[in-house]
Amino acid sequence: MSSAAESSRPVRLSRSSRQARPVRPAWMEKPKPVTQAAKAVALIAVVLLVTVPFLIIVSTSLASNKDVVANGGWVLWPEHPTLRAYREIFDGSIVTHALWVSAGVTVIGTAVSLACTIGLAYALSRPQVFGGKPILLMILFTFLFPPGMIPGFLLVKGLNMLDSYSSLIAPVLINVFNLVVLRGFFQSIPGELYEAARLDGAGEWLILRRIVLPLSKAALAVVGLFYAVSYWNAWFYASIYLNSDHWPLQQVLRTYVIGGAQLADSGASEAGMVSSPQTIQMAVLVVATVPILLVYPFLQKYFTKGVLTGAIKS
Amino acid sequence: MAIAERDATRRADAAGASEGRVKPGRGSRRKRLRRDAVLLALMVPGVAYFLLFHYGAMVGNVIAFKDYVPFDGLWASQWVGFSNFQRMFEDPDFWAAVVNTLWIALLQLVFFFPVPIALAMLLHSLTRDSVRRFVQSVAYLPHFLSWVIVVALFQQVLGETGALNSLLGDAHLHTVNIIGNPDAFKPLVVAQVIWKDCGWGTIIFLAALSQVDEQQYEAAAIDGAGPWRRFWHVTLPSMRPIIVLLLIMRLGDILSVGFEQMLLQRPSVGPEAAEIIDTFVYYKGIIGGDFGYAAAAGLFKGVVGAVLVYAANKVAHRLGEQGVYR
Repeated sequence: MSSAAESSRPVRLSRSSRQARPVRPAWMEKPKPVTQAAKAVALIAVVLLVTVPFLIIVSTSLASNKDVVANGGWVLWPEHPTLRAYREIFDGSIVTHALWVSAGVTVIGTAVSLACTIGLAYALSRPQVFGGKPILLMILFTFLFPPGMIPGFLLVKGLNMLDSYSSLIAPVLINVFNLVVLRGFFQSIPGELYEAARLDGAGEWLILRRIVLPLSKAALAVVGLFYAVSYWNAWFYASIYLNSDHWPLQQVLRTYVIGGAQLADSGASEAGMVSSPQTIQMAVLVVATVPILLVYPFLQKYFTKGVLTGAIKS
Repeated sequence: MAIAERDATRRADAAGASEGRVKPGRGSRRKRLRRDAVLLALMVPGVAYFLLFHYGAMVGNVIAFKDYVPFDGLWASQWVGFSNFQRMFEDPDFWAAVVNTLWIALLQLVFFFPVPIALAMLLHSLTRDSVRRFVQSVAYLPHFLSWVIVVALFQQVLGETGALNSLLGDAHLHTVNIIGNPDAFKPLVVAQVIWKDCGWGTIIFLAALSQVDEQQYEAAAIDGAGPWRRFWHVTLPSMRPIIVLLLIMRLGDILSVGFEQMLLQRPSVGPEAAEIIDTFVYYKGIIGGDFGYAAAAGLFKGVVGAVLVYAANKVAHRLGEQGVYR
């Protein structure tokens, strides 16, 4: 976020020159070896604290029964790696179904949420739109005073949405934070572009489609990915609104890994589970994590900007 | 912080004026409606969502003042005035949940809040950008994992038969009892929050650090200030506004401490250690079916929380006027 601001100050050592080759500013004294060592230790500790748990999980999920028994349940490096646990959970068990549910809710939810957020954010970003001020205030007030769990539950029940996948999407359709980020981005588009388009006879709909959306790809990517991550990670609504045969992956994970229930209890034994329960649990954990790891690099490119816009505006 | 907003409004105003259209207030309502027809249509789904799922649901809070019987429905149930609230104020379980909530919030404030600041300073001090970017990427990652995954990871690593204990066992050391131990629960909860969000929390502090004019450091160094004095007299003062702002916002949000995180772990440590206001509402209402009572507790939290957030915002704005983002 700061690169533009920094390059506009010509005199001092700019960050971009530092990026090219690491140099210390002339005024800064040479760091003591002790300080450098302490920093290195701290950084390595941070990296290991995040990565080692993943390593253990992935290794255990790949371990053969022999490895698991030999290591007392925990494997750092499987001697005889096997994908059997993955084959078993993808072989028509409850996990396979849950994976489809999660994928479907994530894709549909993200598309619908994004569409509704774009519409609202665009309309509210236009100056002097009819009713814009009161509508914005009405929305921001919900940030201050959320409706509460029990009224929300009774409403979903009253709308006959229990045990329907729509109950995972409709109650969380628009996130105010995402709305504010997107509206801020739309507002930053120069007004001259609107004027020019209008002079050419374009209406609001055409302006949105041909000018605003193509210019907002980065912001749309951030907001879309925020929505996708939150749909993929959600489990609470599923736990109170859906029967267990409709559960998404995170709720299955909750029940079988945190709750300690055996996957075999739930009809999975019919599929002939032969891996150790430990291995199966870790495989489910990996499957729930991998999509996040896959979108993460794309997300990372943009999110600093997105987060700061939101934080500053609110 | 308000400048960006103001700029945008001014730009927007200019755009509106140069269109040569009628200003609001002038022109008939019908003309404006027709002019904005497309925009209004775009708003419809979003506005309908907020009206139904936020304001519609809010109306449901009336059951806090009723003896809700599912068979009778929301409107036919008996009014009981404030008796749900009276019962709540006399319920030791409710106050235990309030105390737990505040206690966990306080622990997080003391032990979590400073960590991202320290990490941001460490990252900012690195001269090699590739190292810094790598550590940042790794440290941000846990923020995007669900609480289910985080709790499961902690369980697998620190649990009774987890990786840590099997290592300790192999080395013939005493094993530790962390997961499922009510006494260790509160530190565990803070550790989980640190693991999940301390990297993510650095973003805003790193932004603040990169705004510090390096000429100040240079001038201080020329005047003979060592690293410690530069930190004390340049870095810290320029970080202060954002630290104060975030601290105030956190205080405003003090009644919310990780509902999902607590709900996932309450079964393993019991309500004495893990009951917070939100889980109290959940167990009384959705599990226990005592909807009126649970709604009263939820409404109490909502109203007190809104007052606190509002007050925090007021204070922050007052400080923000003096320049959080300059």
